[in-house]
Amino acid sequence: MSLGDILFWIVGLMTALCAVMVVVTQHIVRCAIWLLFTLAGTAGLFFLLGLDFLGATQLFVYVGGTLVLVIFGVMLTATGPFIQLRAGAGEWAIAIIVGLLLYGLIAVSWMFADWSKLPEAALPDDPKQMYHTEQLGRGLLGDTSVQPVSALPGVPGKPRAAEKQTGKLQPPPSRQASAYLLPFEIVSVHLLVVLIGAAYLARAKRKRVVAASQ
Amino acid sequence: MASVGLTQYLLIGAVLFVCGVVCMAIKRNAIGVLMGVELVLNGASVNFAAFARFHEAFRVEGQVFALFTIVLAAAEAAIALAIVLNFYNNYLTVDVDSAEELKG
Repeated sequence: MSLGDILFWIVGLMTALCAVMVVVTQHIVRCAIWLLFTLAGTAGLFFLLGLDFLGATQLFVYVGGTLVLVIFGVMLTATGPFIQLRAGAGEWAIAIIVGLLLYGLIAVSWMFADWSKLPEAALPDDPKQMYHTEQLGRGLLGDTSVQPVSALPGVPGKPRAAEKQTGKLQPPPSRQASAYLLPFEIVSVHLLVVLIGAAYLARAKRKRVVAASQ
Repeated sequence: MASVGLTQYLLIGAVLFVCGVVCMAIKRNAIGVLMGVELVLNGASVNFAAFARFHEAFRVEGQVFALFTIVLAAAEAAIALAIVLNFYNNYLTVDVDSAEELKG
């Protein structure tokens, strides 16, 4: 058992335990803290996988942004009886049974899944260098030396050499490199629009009753 | 014990997913339900990341879709919290059982 495996089991089991504690804990503020540890543990799993950009994004956006938002929501609404809203014992029994059954179903299907039927991709370079941020950025631009073929059809790639020369669209090959730069930008603008909308929804409203009574 | 591969990461992701589903079902606090949604999305992004690492055909796709999941979860949390805060301002409760009047 290598050091990476030991670290995986430590981080993975800690993440799973914290996720269970999010469900079990009744106190909503403690729930938020367990959720914090779960998200940080997920970031640790990303780092263990070697996906450094993804782990950093998880820490920045999730742990730094979303969770602060959730904790502020908890603090703004946690008054009196709403700190501990309890579900009934019957509901707990049903939830635990359904949860265990669902996990058993997923676990069995993962155990017996045959991943060899997935599309194959030829790797041109040293696979150890393929996960770094620079490689991910080149993959976003559709660089074929990073991502030789796309596993998903229909995503547009870089114009091929023949298209550049003639200026006409060639009939696409069945599988080609995919560029995710445009979807990435669309998601960024989407986040901006949603945040503006959320600020508009949650703004403090002026009392119109006072103006009407004068 | 087998060495860590794709299946082990998928099993951890499944724990997060099931915890999220149960959390969405059992919590009566609206923000607790929101935390369940966050857990489900985290389980999904763990699966994407595991495929990005262990399967060559998803090397870029896995990372990109996990990024999309993180960003969309942030957007969803922002808008849901705005709605919860509005609901709390109007009705002075965050109990989802008493939110039956939320019609238009």
